[in-house]
Amino acid sequence: MLRQSWQIFLKDVRMELRGKEALNASLAFALVVLILFSFAIDPTSEQIREISGGLLWILFAFSGVLLVNRSFLREQSNDCLDVLLVNRVPASALMLGKTFANLLFILMIEAVCLPVFSVLYNINLFQLPLWLLGICLLASWAIAILGTVFAAMTVNLRLRELMLPVILYPMIIPALAAAMYLTNIVSVGKVPEGDDLIWVRLLIGFDVIFTTLALGLIDTILVD
Amino acid sequence: MFDKILLAIGLTSGLYLVRNLYTMLLVLPDEAAQGMIYRIMFFHIPSWWTCFLSFLVAGVASAIAIRSKSNRADSLAVAATEVGLAFTFVGLATGMIWAKIIWGIWWTWDARLTWAFITALTYAGYLMMRNMIPDPSERLRVTGVLNVFSFASVVICYKAIDWWRTQHPGAVMSFRTGGGSIDPAMEGMTFHNFIAFLLLCIVLVTLRLRQEETLREIEGLRRLAYSR
Amino acid sequence: MSVLSAGKVSKFFGNFPALRNLNFTLEAGDCVALLGRNGAGKTTLIHLMSGLSRPTEGTLEITRRVSLLGHGIGVYDELSARENLLFFAGLATVPVDVEAWLEKVNLKDVADAPLREYSRGMRQRLALARAFMGEPELLLLDEPFTSLDDKATALLQTLLAQALARKATIVLSTHQIPEAMALATRILFLERGKLAYAGPRPEEMLTDSTWLYRTYGAIS
Repeated sequence: MLRQSWQIFLKDVRMELRGKEALNASLAFALVVLILFSFAIDPTSEQIREISGGLLWILFAFSGVLLVNRSFLREQSNDCLDVLLVNRVPASALMLGKTFANLLFILMIEAVCLPVFSVLYNINLFQLPLWLLGICLLASWAIAILGTVFAAMTVNLRLRELMLPVILYPMIIPALAAAMYLTNIVSVGKVPEGDDLIWVRLLIGFDVIFTTLALGLIDTILVD
Repeated sequence: MFDKILLAIGLTSGLYLVRNLYTMLLVLPDEAAQGMIYRIMFFHIPSWWTCFLSFLVAGVASAIAIRSKSNRADSLAVAATEVGLAFTFVGLATGMIWAKIIWGIWWTWDARLTWAFITALTYAGYLMMRNMIPDPSERLRVTGVLNVFSFASVVICYKAIDWWRTQHPGAVMSFRTGGGSIDPAMEGMTFHNFIAFLLLCIVLVTLRLRQEETLREIEGLRRLAYSR
Repeated sequence: MSVLSAGKVSKFFGNFPALRNLNFTLEAGDCVALLGRNGAGKTTLIHLMSGLSRPTEGTLEITRRVSLLGHGIGVYDELSARENLLFFAGLATVPVDVEAWLEKVNLKDVADAPLREYSRGMRQRLALARAFMGEPELLLLDEPFTSLDDKATALLQTLLAQALARKATIVLSTHQIPEAMALATRILFLERGKLAYAGPRPEEMLTDSTWLYRTYGAIS
């Protein structure tokens, strides 16, 4: 099963990097929003430091949803999803492979946006790089796993581009809140400790709970 | 027979509510800090408990529905979700009225209000999904899973927002804004109203469940007629 | 053991009976033509036989490796032919010689070009390679002859003959009766979700395409 997840991961990555449609659109969107922020708030004020975590994670959530929408769309055009299921590829392998691919894409967007944000708003976000990486991994996984599962749910709908965000955003709020809080702390160079660690535990717990639910229920979603 | 039981429960709920209103308005004194508006708490707080219970029932029903492909459980899930959502709106409305009168603002990021808003969005999404899937067994599978996720999300949200509020304290809605302990008569009243709400909830869910089952039957007959 | 056995199989969409009370078995080496008018339930039955959906009532037992060639050709447009076949080969449980298959369907020279540049006939040949590649024991083909060009049709007939030679089971749903009758050993005839005929291919069908419809059709 892991082998099949790996194959699907490679295929999805290859397909996306070939066309880069979703990545480009997502990145363009992210960069435009970064610029928009500068009009919404005074870019030179100290206020930016306090809200940088919030801004960034709202941005990543939006870009993430754009990316994740495509996961199962790729399989739709020539009924490839049916072929995969008939070939006895377990639904969970399919989901894991796609989730890892989505995680990679979201991380790629973050890898571009974080430095750009730092430069545009004159804040060094990388004072604790390992912590930042950890937060990005945990929170991006949250977006990826829920996004992929919900993409599977909405793939057959007429209004899938609309329904996916509608059902996804409320559910990732706790993970986003945790990421925002921790990013704010970490970007001023303070190591999270004491009460702050609640948020790390929340992120980990969130990921564990929803990954387990996803692995258990993806079969029900995809197979009649 | 069942109809009579339902009617009985409904009447009990109605009478209970009337009795509570009487006690509330004429027997209990005004609260120290809040004046007479505090009485809205007797509707605000029980509505949360009722809505949460409803969502719990919906979550369990959905889990059963996807496990055993039971249409009945699926109907119960949607009925409980809709009624739960109604009580969530009661909570939101009472909260907003309270906030307007006490603080002069319509909204405050009180932990429960925030949670209710997110919960309302979550389950509104579920109801929207249901409308978008015409085939009943696909609808059962997909929205069943969504409901299970929604319930997990709603529970996690509750904890998360509570923690957020401990770090970003702000307005709190309760009997205790003036500090100090709560009058046992008031506490009792909250429970009384909760029981009344619960009975009302049971009646509403049952009515909605029946309606859903009838709808299902009509849908089936219609398809059968068209297939001839 | 039968390749596939269906006992009292019914499939409901809501309360709409798409398939009702089907009973049949398929043995190794059978070449089954699945006939019926549009809306009779052929695609639904193929979906059930492929394991994509489960029957609402009854039992359907599939004991072999299945391969499906449905309405959608089941290959990725963003990848090249070679990449497509390598991907599906990687998922298969038996070793597959991708190069040999590319050769067989005459796509070796263009194997690295993106599928977007392929003609329709080329894409269909790739789809055939994908479907026949893993030596499946049960092949389900939903209207495979539809809009195939002559080269692809000849290829399909060759592949079918080879599959039958190694005792695979084939189910062909089709409207093109003459091509199917040449190969078919058995017929499943669906009429409004019910099996109007399930048995060996009658001799009459070789010369008269509508014989079965006239003789066994018109069940309500």
